[in-house]
Amino acid sequence: MTDRALAVVRAGALTTVQDRGRPGHAHLGVPRSGALDGPAAALANRLAGNPPDAAVLETTLDGCSLRPRTPVTVAVTGAPCPVSVDGRPVAWGAPVRVRAGSVLDVGAVVSGVRAYVGVRGGIAVEPVLGSRSTDLLSGLGPAPLTDGAVLPLGAPLEGGDAYVDVAPQPAAPDELVLRVTLGPRDDWFTPAAVRLLTSCAYRVSPASNRIGLRTTGPALERARPDELPSEGMVLGAVQVPPDGTPVVFLADHPTTGGYPVIAVVRPADLPAAAQARPGTPVRFVAVRRR
Amino acid sequence: MRVLPVGAHALLVEVSSGDEAQALHAELLRRRAEGSLPAGEIVPAARTVLLDGVSDPVRLTAELTALALPPVPEQARETVEIPVRYDGPDLADVAAHWGVSAREVARVHAGTEFRVAFCGFAPGFGYLTGLPARCDVPRRPTPRTAVPAGSVALAGPYTGVYPRSSPGGWQLIGTTDLVLWDPARAPAALLSPGARVRFVPVGATGSAA
Repeated sequence: MTDRALAVVRAGALTTVQDRGRPGHAHLGVPRSGALDGPAAALANRLAGNPPDAAVLETTLDGCSLRPRTPVTVAVTGAPCPVSVDGRPVAWGAPVRVRAGSVLDVGAVVSGVRAYVGVRGGIAVEPVLGSRSTDLLSGLGPAPLTDGAVLPLGAPLEGGDAYVDVAPQPAAPDELVLRVTLGPRDDWFTPAAVRLLTSCAYRVSPASNRIGLRTTGPALERARPDELPSEGMVLGAVQVPPDGTPVVFLADHPTTGGYPVIAVVRPADLPAAAQARPGTPVRFVAVRRR
Repeated sequence: MRVLPVGAHALLVEVSSGDEAQALHAELLRRRAEGSLPAGEIVPAARTVLLDGVSDPVRLTAELTALALPPVPEQARETVEIPVRYDGPDLADVAAHWGVSAREVARVHAGTEFRVAFCGFAPGFGYLTGLPARCDVPRRPTPRTAVPAGSVALAGPYTGVYPRSSPGGWQLIGTTDLVLWDPARAPAALLSPGARVRFVPVGATGSAA
């Protein structure tokens, strides 16, 4: 069983283990965490022949290199990038067989931010509160990958190879359009600020991370100066800190917060947010609450 | 009571006091346990309770608006006792804010029955209420870059215990060896919303250096 493992040859800028996270513990201050681009992580699992809740690797911009100790099927999805085995190019977005001892290299992304590496059997680190996800806000789950680390793999599902050979994937956005419903605290802002949010071009800030997509652009003016008592926060909340530029909460967001939430992004638009590079224009579009 | 929609699948229920928020939270937990409130997360906070993962927010809004709040039930659950040494570096500052001696701060704090109003900031970090309003203290003007795990601290109306070392701006009045958060333990969090808490002094009261 010790053979079912991956050695980390090159960890990359920030590579973490992610699955579907640990929802249900927010009342204890535990973020949900989980893959930022959920559909890409699910596809990596499907291509690798895993159930959708298996843990995958989430890379950031420059990929990673891995040496399996056993022959494995892998699949790289999410941000498009060159993939090679022992220096020979192989397919991105499709199942790839890697022999024991060969080196799988996931290269720097061509567009987007985060690539996902699904490995048959799944990354089998010890779960914490039912999830193997690394939570960068609270430090739960395994630490980000380091060079030389060894990751255990789970037992593969019975029943042959991947369910699909290749699947279409959305391109990283040239412009990030985030549909929002206003509130719950839009009344804490001036009417002009609410109009500004949905009419002005913001850009993705390089300070963005798994906790939040930060933006640069015009500051949103508050209608009331007092302090908001801490309140529960949801995924996709557009929180406005004192500097006035909106932050969109992503998977590792804090469970409570004391800055007003002017609007909430539709969950379906958040995977694109995970792939928007710094500098990408962001447009918040107000929609009706169905 | 005001019910604010939050996106398409969540509601923020706003009440007028911390006590009402605790009563509302207890009632919502009761309803979820009996199966009449489908919600993935019920997150209490200072003046609100967030319901997330709600399938029919419109219907639930109507139900909640008609809700009469029962008082907080006397709980069957036992009181969590936290052994504490009142030896924190900010004990003297807190004593000055309260206008009493350091020894008196320890006496009042250890004589108070606290309740976990809500959690947040870090896994297992509870915001405990129970001190009278005259004991409110401001945060430190400059937050510390590292507050040791087990620090017992005050800020605003709240008492908290740092579950692990982290940056923090609260006034540190004491230390406990109790492990507040251990994901390998069940339950992982010693303090969950609604729990009653007492601080039990151990050893000599610190000199408030």
